[in-house]
Amino acid sequence: MILKGINIVKQYPHKGGLINALDNVSFTINEGDFVTVTGPSGSGKSTLLLALFGLIRLTSGIIVLHEKRIDNTPDWHLTELRKKFAGYILQSFALIPYLTTIQNVMIPLALEKVPGKEQYKRAAEILDYVGLADRMEHLPRELSAGQQQRVAIARSIVHRPQIILADEPTGNLDPALSREILDFLQKINRENKITIIMVTHSPLAAGYGTMKLHLNEGKIVA
Amino acid sequence: MVKNRVVANKWDVMTISKLVLIELWKRKSQLVTGLLAITLGIAVIVAIQSVSVVSEQNVARNLDNLGANILVLPQGASIDNYYTSDIDAPTLPMDYVERILTSTIAGVDNMSPKLTRRVKVGDQSVVLTGILPKSEIASKPLWQSSGLPGAEVKAACTQNQSANKSHGMEDEKLKRKAIDTLNNNDCIAGSQVAKKLKLSANKPISILGKEFKVVKILPETGTVDDDRIFANLKDVQHLLGIENQVSAIEIMGCCNAISEGLLGKLRNILPDTRITTIGQIVSTQIETNRLMRKVTLVMLVIIFFVGGISIGNYIWANVNERKREIGILRMMGADRGTIYKMFLLKALILGIAGGMLGFLLGTLAGVVLGPYLAGIAVKPVYSYLLWSVLLSVVISLAGSLFPTYLAAKFDPHTNLQED
Repeated sequence: MILKGINIVKQYPHKGGLINALDNVSFTINEGDFVTVTGPSGSGKSTLLLALFGLIRLTSGIIVLHEKRIDNTPDWHLTELRKKFAGYILQSFALIPYLTTIQNVMIPLALEKVPGKEQYKRAAEILDYVGLADRMEHLPRELSAGQQQRVAIARSIVHRPQIILADEPTGNLDPALSREILDFLQKINRENKITIIMVTHSPLAAGYGTMKLHLNEGKIVA
Repeated sequence: MVKNRVVANKWDVMTISKLVLIELWKRKSQLVTGLLAITLGIAVIVAIQSVSVVSEQNVARNLDNLGANILVLPQGASIDNYYTSDIDAPTLPMDYVERILTSTIAGVDNMSPKLTRRVKVGDQSVVLTGILPKSEIASKPLWQSSGLPGAEVKAACTQNQSANKSHGMEDEKLKRKAIDTLNNNDCIAGSQVAKKLKLSANKPISILGKEFKVVKILPETGTVDDDRIFANLKDVQHLLGIENQVSAIEIMGCCNAISEGLLGKLRNILPDTRITTIGQIVSTQIETNRLMRKVTLVMLVIIFFVGGISIGNYIWANVNERKREIGILRMMGADRGTIYKMFLLKALILGIAGGMLGFLLGTLAGVVLGPYLAGIAVKPVYSYLLWSVLLSVVISLAGSLFPTYLAAKFDPHTNLQED
């Protein structure tokens, strides 16, 4: 077991009352799982993804990472855990627009204070791995959408995280590019035993999951 | 995982500092906007200060021209005694001059001990004043125009005083000349007494049976000096039979020192005297200095707020523009300290650059516009470079603190969901 959620509840105030974005959600994710989280809009998929490493605090419930409870740890510790264990991929790629491809990929290493030589070496290796060795000095706006998402993937794995949290990673891509990115995530998952938790609307993407969670109105229904 | 190894380049290191520099460089137009606010603010301060320094020196010189501002009189003597010079007016020992000189009291720039008595010359009543020539000339700026030769002496609040040194400049014009000696039989006559007694230069005059030579007729000063004859103090003391005694000691005290308690210190070492200021002179000096300081302070406060708000506004716009970037950095594990570092480092760089540019621009403006607008020649005050940079950095950091605090408080997910 790498990550476990027990009776997770997240409530938001809404029109004088409370709505349950997550309602007693429980799950166990093992190392190397490719988890897809599906469900209609507003079902709590993204909330769950954000809650796993404390980007959203729970109303109640427990989250356990490597047998250690992390839902009640302070912000600074959650920040450290994200830096060490997690990599994020977003629908919008979220690349820093004024940095080159390799500089974007080096950011997680800079946050970990990896020495300069090592930074460049690892970032270059990862860009080579995602097929962008010849685009290292390009700015994000000079890349296609698929290439930008591959840069985002490179950035999410360069610091060797154990878990990748992907929120609609193919949401902005056409079916062919989506398949390319999903194949790539599957490759990362299989070759490096990195656990992937992917929120998606897409049935195509959902098909890649080795473990599937389907949410509806904040509850796991399948 | 790797197909082709890439040779590492040790210079290609990514740090938060480098991120800040790249962001500044890649968004040059915004950099110019941000710099403009702080640069103009500092330039205004430097220009005003540069002009003020010269203005203050002019004011100091004008104030100095008012002459002595402290009187040491014998106990029981009045200001009237000082002016009327009655025959029985009390005196004080000459040693008191030495007592002041050997003390550690700061702010006493020049002393003029004098013995004054009304005497008869022919059938005219005139005031004979014994002076120490060098001291007397130094304390009488209006005598300077009479062309008396002599060595340079310092005057009140001049080059050895903090009032001027603090500006990093020394005003040569504040140095005065004093005649070195006034021979035993020489005297100087005021303009009115010269007319009354029909005196002219190099003509003899008999005072109390002693022959003097008039070495100079002073120009009209509009003061009591116009009605006086000045001779060597020792000579006058001997002539009047009042050895080692003086009627008063006129002191040119630095007005800053007066406001800081110079009178009290003098009273401590000369307890049996009456020490008073020539009120109008001192109050004019102190009020003028105070006004100059207030004007500068008001400008400083205005620039601090205007500059701070401008920089704060620029950083806030930058924070809003980079919300997604902040969000993804926080997601990747950047702590709040990293966000503080990003924006405060940027503010620091802007502050340093703005301070340096502001100094250059302000100095240039002062040097070029000073003669046209204020009628004074302004020189660069290089010590302002350090102050400009320091002030600019403080304004920049202060203005950026609140926007940076808000940036560090952003919820990462909220910013990322705004796309």
